[in-house]
This record gives sequence, structure tokens and C-alpha cells, in this order.
Amino acid sequence: MSEIKVPTMAEMMAAGETPEVLFWVGCAGSFDDRAKKITKAIVKILNKCNVKFAVLGTEEACTGDPAKRAGNEFLFQMQAMMNIQVLDAYEVKKIVTACPHCFNTLKNEYPGLGGNYEVIHHTQLLESLFNEGKLQVEGGEFKGKKITFHDPCYLGRANEVYEAPRNVLQKLDAELVEMKRCKAKGLCCGAGGAQMFKEAEKGNKEVNVERTEDALETNPQIIATGCPFCNTMMTDGVKNFNKENDIKVLDIAEMIASASDL
Amino acid sequence: MGISSIAFILIFLGAAAFFAFKIRQIIQNIKLGRSLDRTDNKGERLKTTIRVALGQSKMVTRPIPGILHIFIYVAFIFTQIELIEIIIDGVSGNHRIFFEPLGGFYVFIISLIEVLSALALIATFTFLARRNLLKIPRFVKSEMTGWPKLDGNIILYLEFLLVMFIFTMNGADEALRLQGASHAEGSGSFGFAISSILGPNVFGSMDVATLHLLERIGWWGHFIVVMGFMVYLPFSKHLHIFFAFPNVYFSNLKPKGQFTNMEAVTNEVKLMMDPNADPFAAPAADANAEPQRFGVKDVKDLNWVNILNAYSCTECGRCTSSCPANITGKKLSPRKIMMDVRDRVEEVGKGLRKDPNFDDGKSLLGDYITEEEVWACTSCNACVQECPVNIDPLSIIVDLRRYLVMEESKIPAELMTMNTNIENNQAPWQFSPTDRLNWRDED
Ligand code: SF4
Ligand code: SF4
Repeated sequence: MSEIKVPTMAEMMAAGETPEVLFWVGCAGSFDDRAKKITKAIVKILNKCNVKFAVLGTEEACTGDPAKRAGNEFLFQMQAMMNIQVLDAYEVKKIVTACPHCFNTLKNEYPGLGGNYEVIHHTQLLESLFNEGKLQVEGGEFKGKKITFHDPCYLGRANEVYEAPRNVLQKLDAELVEMKRCKAKGLCCGAGGAQMFKEAEKGNKEVNVERTEDALETNPQIIATGCPFCNTMMTDGVKNFNKENDIKVLDIAEMIASASDL
Repeated sequence: MGISSIAFILIFLGAAAFFAFKIRQIIQNIKLGRSLDRTDNKGERLKTTIRVALGQSKMVTRPIPGILHIFIYVAFIFTQIELIEIIIDGVSGNHRIFFEPLGGFYVFIISLIEVLSALALIATFTFLARRNLLKIPRFVKSEMTGWPKLDGNIILYLEFLLVMFIFTMNGADEALRLQGASHAEGSGSFGFAISSILGPNVFGSMDVATLHLLERIGWWGHFIVVMGFMVYLPFSKHLHIFFAFPNVYFSNLKPKGQFTNMEAVTNEVKLMMDPNADPFAAPAADANAEPQRFGVKDVKDLNWVNILNAYSCTECGRCTSSCPANITGKKLSPRKIMMDVRDRVEEVGKGLRKDPNFDDGKSLLGDYITEEEVWACTSCNACVQECPVNIDPLSIIVDLRRYLVMEESKIPAELMTMNTNIENNQAPWQFSPTDRLNWRDED
């Protein structure tokens, strides 16, 4: 495996350099074993395309999103103001993140607290890398495969980013099939609103199982996601149907990285 | 002035006065909410109103009910022209006062109303069937029993009656005019699209006296149904026919994922984070003002748009039928949240009008909405997306959570742990913040 280069902001600054973009890794991307693979895939793509980026490393802290959704506005704003101090100290202008929750919070809720940055989701970055010709892939292992994309709520409905992930998937020469509930009508995976961190209330089904059924109806070989939490939920859902040997749940970045042999 | 004109005027004024009285109360109730500035972006708001409220753009995302609803909606709008004529005729004792001056255009308008009424009738039957025979799931959820269920049907019965009266009136008048006995100028067919067929075929064999009676029954029936509808509206989900417009106009234009940043919290957090801050420099705004509660416990803690939302809710259940929590059998139903707000604000409003210090010891949270419902939400915004009149149940749910967490420290244990982790470890899990970059060197 090729070495990955992941400079931190502090290292860049010490070298007198400024990155084009800050890669906001997020808590899942930093600590969750599954999500770390997505983080690495993104880094590999950034390295390959010679995008000058940096991470905050240990200076990054939770955006406060789950606290806010769970009603703890104090904690959210504490986190936000701390992060804004760090981001502003490094004069960050542009942020890319693989987590739609971080994306939404940084993009929409930080400006009101004084943190103004251009924030994009990694699928938007991938889309523009393709458009600029910096990134090319052949379908590779995905050619002709049946892929269905699950819209993360905080990317789709919350911020109306529906096309970027699909445009990137198109590059894989695969067969893209939509679930009956997709885009604005996409069903949640069940993780949002801090549900990821608690047991669900009493009901007759888990939300991720309901959503996985939508996906299974399309008979996919791969369920593509753009959110570490959706990824966990859909992976568990697929296991629930004992389909983990037939159906893979992958982040779009992982697919692009592996189609590019990274 | 004839006795019928007097009766007409009395009924009309009585209904209008009652309607105005109830609407005033409703506006008072809406004003119980906290202030919120939604006067920005007038152009964008107007455009949204034209698209979503006038243009029904979100209705047609479900094509069958969407298009059928448009039949009733457009029929309703055009029938108002006929209603205006009825009012003028009723007051002045004339008959079809617009017929002479408008001529061919009158025939066109009444024909249009007839065609739309026929389409509305189809819609009415379909809707009745969807509610009562097909039992479409969103119409038979637990919050849709009792009054809400009856309310949904009453309007359809009224719609049916209204269309019947319109055709009785026009059909009988057509038959009369064919015999040269209509009170309208001239003789021969009016040429209205549907009653010119109904007239001879249904009413053709009746004598003049019966026809005059039927024509009057149709005419008065039409008028009485509309007046009855007006009196009934303030108690019904059908208030949306008016409230949908301001409701959409004042709806949130920002990205759906953006939750408000609470200003009161910002001030405190800034003080906490600024080592030089003088804690006593904080403005003691108004010493007599009640300290504002964090979040929402009762309807007075809501903002006025939340309450306007509740009065505009059509109880269509599109929100609930797309809510992941509700779909998977949890208690949460965004429609019920809106219905609860309306019921509670009616109760509080009524109480306050009797006694300015009204306190029944009840509250929206607890007596109407349970914590279990509040915590089942994934904040997915499906309800907001689906609502045809841009209602935002999610913002209410979040404000209820804010109250629970910040005022009462009532929070599911796992979320308490999550918060502690964020505070101590800068992540919702128990990892050391110093390990945050370890992934870089792992395989
Ligand atoms: S935001 Fe909450 S209430 Fe609305 S649809 Fe999603 S889970 Fe249901
Ligand atoms: S909130 Fe909107 S979608 Fe839900 S029932 Fe009311 S009108 Fe329908």
C-alpha cells in the first residue's frame, strides 16, 4: 500500500504553507473503525489529485451536532465556539468533510456564531475533481455492477445535495438503480437526531431494517452511502437479512479510491 | 325590501360576524407565541407562496390525491364568482344579475364552474372512498379518531351537497328558461356546459311551480352551505384554505438542516469563554421581565409561526406517513404534534380570555406530547419536506427536547453519556482526544 500523506494544520503552518482546503475528519472518521477506512480513501484520492489539504488532527473537536439535535444547545455552542477559534486561528477558508452532519453544522450553524467558511461534502469535492479533469476512473471492479445510493438526510433534504453523489457514481460505469424512496423522499437510516447514540423507542421495527428493505428491493450488489452513520446503519441492516456476503455497503469515496487502484 | 332579502342579509351578516369573531380569537392565540422575525426576503417569500400555496406544487408530489385536490381547490375559487352574484342577488332581490351585462362571458364562467364542480364531485367521492373504504393508512392512524375523523368527512359531505345544490339551481333554471319562465332575461337555453344537458333531461318534465321551488332550494342551499362552512371553518382543519397562504409566506426559507442558534445561550457561552468578561456587565435587560425559559414546555414558549403552523395543518398526514419513527411503529407522529399544539393553544387561549392569570397546571409537554414521542425523532426532515403547506413539526420537537434537557435535565441515559463524552473527550464516544489522529498511522 502506498504511503499516505496527511499533514496537520500545525505542521503546514510551521512549514509556512497554507492548504487549499481543510479536511474535517469528524468523530466517526477519526475513531470508528469502519469510518476510518472512508477517511483513508479520501486521503488517498486527495493525495493522488495533489490537492493541498490538511487536517486539524488532535485540535479537531466534535462539531456539537449530536448535542444540538439532542437539545443541549449549551454544549453545542461551546463546541462550536471552540472550533471556530481554532479554525479562525488557522485562517481556514474552505472545509471538506465526509460527514453530512459535520457538513450541515459547519455550513449552516457556525456562521451565526461567527464561523464563516466555504463548506463542501466530499462527494462535491469528488465531483469537482472529476469536472476539472484531475480525477479519472475506469469502472474497474464496479463496471456493470448494480448500485443503489442511499441519500443521507443531512446531505439530501437538509441541504438539497442530491446530484453530486450520483454524478460521481456515474463515473463508475455501473448500473445505478434508485430505491422507491429516494432523493427528497429518501427514508432516513435511523441514525440522525442523536439516535445513533441511543436505543430506539419502542416500536415494531428498526428504522435501518425498513430502509435496508428499500435497498434490497432494487436487488443491488452495492449500497452506496455518503455518511459514516448511514454506512453503519445500512451495514447492520444488510447483516440483519444475512446478506453481508452478497451486498457490500460502501462509501462513494471508497468506491472511487478502489476503482482508481488506490 | 322583501322578507327573503332580509332573511338573507341576517344570515349573511350573522355568519360573517361569527367568522370574524373566531378569527380574531385565533389571531390572539397565535400571538401568544414568542416573537420571531420573518419579515425578511419578501420577494422570495412571495415566490414561495405563489409556488407552494397558490400553485400547490407540493400537493402533486403524490399525483392522485394532488390532482383531485386541485379539482376541489380550483372549483372552490371559481365558485366564489357565483357566490358574489348570489350575495348581490340576495341583497337586492335580483336574479342572475351578472347574466345581462356579462353575456357570453357569463355563460363561459358558469360553464367553467359547472365543469369544475363535476370534477370536484369526482374528487369528493374518491376522497370519501380513500378515507372510509380503502382506509389509506395515513387517514386511520390513532390520532385520526373522533373529531378529526368526522371533520375529514364533514367537509366532503358539504362539498357533495354544494355541488348538488349548484346543479339543482342551474338545471331547474335551465328548464324554466326553456319554457320562458325563468326570472332571468329572455328565453331558451342559457347554454351552460352541464345544466343545458341536465335541464331538459332531469328537470324537463316538471311543472313551473316545482321548478321555481327547486331553483330556490338550489340557490338557498348553495348559500346556506357556504355560510355554514364559514361558521364551521374555525373549528376545522379546513382553516387551511385561508391559513395556508400566510403559513407558507412565513415559513422557513433557510436550509432545512439548519437549526436555530439560541441567542440566550450564545450570550452565556460567550461570557463563559471570554476570560476578560465581567460577569456583572451582562445587561440586566428588564428586571421585571420573566426569565425566558429555554426551549418549549407549553404553547406560550412556542414562537408564533409554530402556532400559525398548527392552525394551518390540514391533518393530511403526509408528514406522518413519511416519518421513519412512525413507519416503524414508534409513538411519534408529526401530525399529532401539530394537532396537539392546536388543541392546547385553543385551551390556553380560552382560559386566558376568561382569566388573565389562567393556569390549569397542564402543559403541552407531558399532558399532550410525551417524552417518548419527543425522543423518537431522527430529525430527518421528511415531515417538513412532505408538508404541502410548509409546516415545520421538527422545530417544535427540537424545542421540546431543549426544554427537557436544559431546564429539567431529563434526557435518555445514553444521550447523557454521549454529552459527557463530547464534553470530556471532544467526541460522542469515550476515546481520548489525543488519539484523534491515530488513524493516520494505522493500517
Ligand atoms: S424529522 Fe422527526 S418527526 Fe419529522 S419525519 Fe423525521 S423523524 Fe419524523
Ligand atoms: S403538518 Fe403538514 S403534512 Fe403533516 S398533517 Fe399537517 S398539513 Fe399534512
